[in-house]
Amino acid sequence: MTGALALRAAAEQQASTLPPLLAAAEQLASTVILGDHGRRRAGTGDTFWQYRPAQSTDHARSIDWRRSARSDVSFVQDKEWQIAQSVTLWVDRGASMRFASTDKLPEKATVARTLALACAILLIRGGERVGLTGNDLPARRGTAQITQMANLLARDDAADYALPDARGMAPHSRAVFISDFMGDMTGVQDALTRAADNGVRGALVQILDPQEEAFPFDGRTIFESMTGTLRHETLKAGDLRNRYLDRLAARKDHLTQLARTTGWQFSTHHTGAPATQALLWLYQSLAQPA
Amino acid sequence: MFTLGPLAFTSGWLLLGLIALPVLWILLRAVPPAPIRRRFPGVALLLGLADAESQSDRTPWWLLLLRLAAVAAVIVGFAGPILNPQAARPGTGPLLIIADGTWADARDWDARTDRMSGLLDEAARAGRTAAIVTLTAPPVDGPNFQPAAAVSQQLPNITPAAWEPDTAAVADFADTLTGNFETFWLSDGLARDSRAPLLAALEARGTVTVFQTPRSTVALRPARFEDGAIALSAVRTPSGPELTVPVQAIGLDPAGTERVLAAVDMTFDAGNSAAEVTLSLPPELRNRVSRFAVAAARSAGAVTLTDDALRRREVALIAGGGEAEGLDLLSPLYYLREALSPTADLIDGTLADVLQANPDVVVLADVANLAGTEEDSLLQWVEDGGLLLRFAGPRLAASDVGRTSEDPLLPVRLRAGGRSVGGALSWGEPKSLAPFPESSPFFGLQIPDDVTVTSQVVAQPDPSLADRSIAQLADGTPLVTRKTVGEGQIVLMHVTANAEWSTLPLSGLFVQMLERLAISTRAATPEPGDLEGTIWLPQAQLDAFGRLDDARAQAGVAGELIADGTAGPDLPPGLYANDDARIAVNIAGPETTLSTAQWPARITVEGLEVRAETPLQGWLLAAALLMLMLDVIASLAVGGRLRGPRADVAAMALLALLVGFTPRTAAAQDADDFAIQATSSVVLGYVTTGDAQTDEISQAGLRGLSDTLFRRTSIEPAAPMAVNLERDELAFFPFLYWPVVPSAPLPSRDAYAKLNRYLRSGGMILFDTRDADTARFGSSSPEGRQLQVIARSLDIPPLEPIPEDHVLTRTFYLLQDFPGRTDSRDVWVEASPPDAELADGMPFRNLNDGVTPVVIGGNDWARAWAIDARGSKMFPVGRGQAGEIQREYAYRFGVNLIMHVLTGNYKSDQVHVPNLLERLGQ
Repeated sequence: MTGALALRAAAEQQASTLPPLLAAAEQLASTVILGDHGRRRAGTGDTFWQYRPAQSTDHARSIDWRRSARSDVSFVQDKEWQIAQSVTLWVDRGASMRFASTDKLPEKATVARTLALACAILLIRGGERVGLTGNDLPARRGTAQITQMANLLARDDAADYALPDARGMAPHSRAVFISDFMGDMTGVQDALTRAADNGVRGALVQILDPQEEAFPFDGRTIFESMTGTLRHETLKAGDLRNRYLDRLAARKDHLTQLARTTGWQFSTHHTGAPATQALLWLYQSLAQPA
Repeated sequence: MFTLGPLAFTSGWLLLGLIALPVLWILLRAVPPAPIRRRFPGVALLLGLADAESQSDRTPWWLLLLRLAAVAAVIVGFAGPILNPQAARPGTGPLLIIADGTWADARDWDARTDRMSGLLDEAARAGRTAAIVTLTAPPVDGPNFQPAAAVSQQLPNITPAAWEPDTAAVADFADTLTGNFETFWLSDGLARDSRAPLLAALEARGTVTVFQTPRSTVALRPARFEDGAIALSAVRTPSGPELTVPVQAIGLDPAGTERVLAAVDMTFDAGNSAAEVTLSLPPELRNRVSRFAVAAARSAGAVTLTDDALRRREVALIAGGGEAEGLDLLSPLYYLREALSPTADLIDGTLADVLQANPDVVVLADVANLAGTEEDSLLQWVEDGGLLLRFAGPRLAASDVGRTSEDPLLPVRLRAGGRSVGGALSWGEPKSLAPFPESSPFFGLQIPDDVTVTSQVVAQPDPSLADRSIAQLADGTPLVTRKTVGEGQIVLMHVTANAEWSTLPLSGLFVQMLERLAISTRAATPEPGDLEGTIWLPQAQLDAFGRLDDARAQAGVAGELIADGTAGPDLPPGLYANDDARIAVNIAGPETTLSTAQWPARITVEGLEVRAETPLQGWLLAAALLMLMLDVIASLAVGGRLRGPRADVAAMALLALLVGFTPRTAAAQDADDFAIQATSSVVLGYVTTGDAQTDEISQAGLRGLSDTLFRRTSIEPAAPMAVNLERDELAFFPFLYWPVVPSAPLPSRDAYAKLNRYLRSGGMILFDTRDADTARFGSSSPEGRQLQVIARSLDIPPLEPIPEDHVLTRTFYLLQDFPGRTDSRDVWVEASPPDAELADGMPFRNLNDGVTPVVIGGNDWARAWAIDARGSKMFPVGRGQAGEIQREYAYRFGVNLIMHVLTGNYKSDQVHVPNLLERLGQ
């Protein structure tokens, strides 16, 4: 009884985050107008490519009667062949992402999920296949995929810092990793090199809270990680600022370096800034030819 | 009680707690500030970073000091510190407190009461009996010793008296003393004879301690009238350095309110104990002065009351046919002037003017006929108590005044022509005067032999003539007649006021007669002999503090006492009246001098001032609290809580603190800024309508007009300002543009009052209905209806369409049309006066002065004038070139309008320039 109740409550809670997440993602996605990336030849697709005389193999349904009426031959409308790219997303579900410095700012996780979902919506609208890394959600197309993805993204991880999951990425596909990259860098490095081995290109988006960038602390302070497993005590937090900022810069440097060697793109997004910027950047980096 | 210099502690052992401070220092120093716990994902990057310096594990020294100071303040505060503790005055047995209780005490009576209270408190603590005696009211049967606490209760009832102790009464008091007692004598610092005997008597009974302060005592002597000015003098003791005292003349103003009529500074030279100053006042003002007082001196000695001695009669002299240029000696007023000017103030002028000054006496020398209104007002003035003195003369004799019936302004009927005796063509000798009858006011005056009358006007025999005649010639012909009218009287001298008809004006009798008639002033002070047997009623009394109280309910005082002139219990200083004479009894007489009391060397003389015990506990605890509050903020700062995530709370607390300490009335500041902005140069204003777009257009329109004025004329306006009728002061603006918007709310009652005041005081409002005058001020357009509603409560004069010769058509440009964005001829201004006529040869009528308070039209001028920030026109006007010409005319109308506002009808007067030049002969 209790188990069912707890499950129900969790489901409710999860579902309750969904509509706003979806809505926010939809809203964000609507700000970007998709360009089309047709293959410049006839095939399956939505847009008109050319008229050709009907052949016997063509189904009668496919004859374009309007065009055929102007001549004696029956014509069939060829569509432009549109090829779908599959994009796999990884969104950090670690506890460190559930941080927001003030009430006015969203949690990093919220921003990351919205960004991922908006990106997915855009890609699916563009006819791409979108999925999640790991074996939870293989890349598929269709709006049902978005709902499912939203469901999966809403899950939280107990660990402080999550490691990128490089499984389930089709070779030569695209991938997007969204995280704060505060955890162990070896996991990120492994995942990236593995992806690069498979010919997977993509984008790294680092989501940071403005406070993490500014370190506006002073006085005697005990810093704790979100779950409380890690802690660091200092007597004069103000003194740490420069060294902390140095380390952060070094980490960003490292990520940039890593991205460059593996052919990925890297960008940092702050929760205080509008998500549209990050989405645009993400969209453009994905649109770059492989 | 534990004493430490000027400090004492009620519970001094608590100060031992201060020993704990060093311990506290070590403790506080060892305990670092509590850490803040912060969730921070970036902690992974911090791992392994060591603190560079470990300073802040110890509290900073200044914070420690602050806390220690707070704790120390608490400890010292609870130890009960007292500043200036009262030293106990040991003593046993009965205690007699003597206060002089004179007017010189009054100035610092509160301090004396405090001192007495302190002495009594000590006596009460020591369980002694005590008595308080004031020497101005010594108890008849000796001091009544009671428990000091009971005497303390009587202290508020003891007040100083406004006179000096009577030597005899003090001697009597000294005789009543019995037993042994200690004496505290609160001296007022003035030397007097009664002191030494009393001191001897007191010393026989016990020790005597005197309290006396070396302060300066000032007494004002009675004001005298000298050489046309009031001479004031004052004395002081001790005669120290230079001292300036402000002296005020106080009296009733015409409205009956007592106020300071004049003020003068009186300066004592260094080392000089007397000072003098003269004060010259107009007679009207001088007669109003009821007393002189040293400002802010709370003492009866610093006040001197004025009586009749200072009062001078105002006499108005009016002669008939005064414009004739003759010799002074022949002037009918010459002898009157000579007789009256030493003792009275003379007023010249026309009858209507002098009556306004409400003189005591009006003298008409040979005036026969008066205009109807003059006669009425003169009669009214006589009925209200005035004395009208008329002299006969050739004009009166030749006129028909009082022939057939009695003239209201003459006491008797007169026979035609008068008579001459003793002349070349007449029989008889010049007549001399008969002795004055007993009923006459002149009774008792010596008649010189050389007073003769050669001509006179003669009274008609009448039943009442005998009663009205108060002086006659030797043959019984009335020479002076008198009748009473209402409260006043009319006196007729049947001869002239100059020596033409008689030698009377040449004699001293003339002056005496005038005196008897109360025309000139009375004697300054009644002689003591005159006062004997009279009773004088107190009108007002001075108390010791120099306050004047009504004393009309008090019993009368015998004249002998007043003749003595020394104030005492029987004769409090004040103003005493008998019939119509008034005598002031002042503390300081004309010869009064002051000197400081000297005490023998064996007597202890102490100062009066009590350094009040000041408990410091509250201050110290408050200081401790303040320091602890500072500590809160400082701790937050040190602990890093003033920055970072929770800084907003701390900042808010700080802000609340700061806001609390910076009181500032934003509204007043705004109003000041508004006034400064509006008055620093000429500023055109527009009335805000609440419609943002209309307001913006008004602003742009006036900006365009201001620019045009700046470029073309010498008017250089600043940027136009929005005027809120409810909030802003209108008086700063010479011109208001008021676009009528149907949706705008009506001004409030206050705003209407402001608007009407503005219109009356020369402001101008341009009402613009912006409907191209389609309504013709009817109600067919909503703007027209709104204008009617707005104007209903406004003080707007009759209007007319601008006439062709209105000054608006030529104040700067010559205009006949006043277009705006629309071009309607109908613009309405204040109507010209109905009697304005076009004179021959004049191009314009001589129209009304001043500025028309309103201009009403519907030509939407603001849109035609409007320019945007870059100076380009905002709205099209008309079409093509014609439209631009129309806009140009709109600007010209604006220029004319502002010129009209600022220069009034100056241009209207320009038409007279040729005439003026012609008159100047150029």
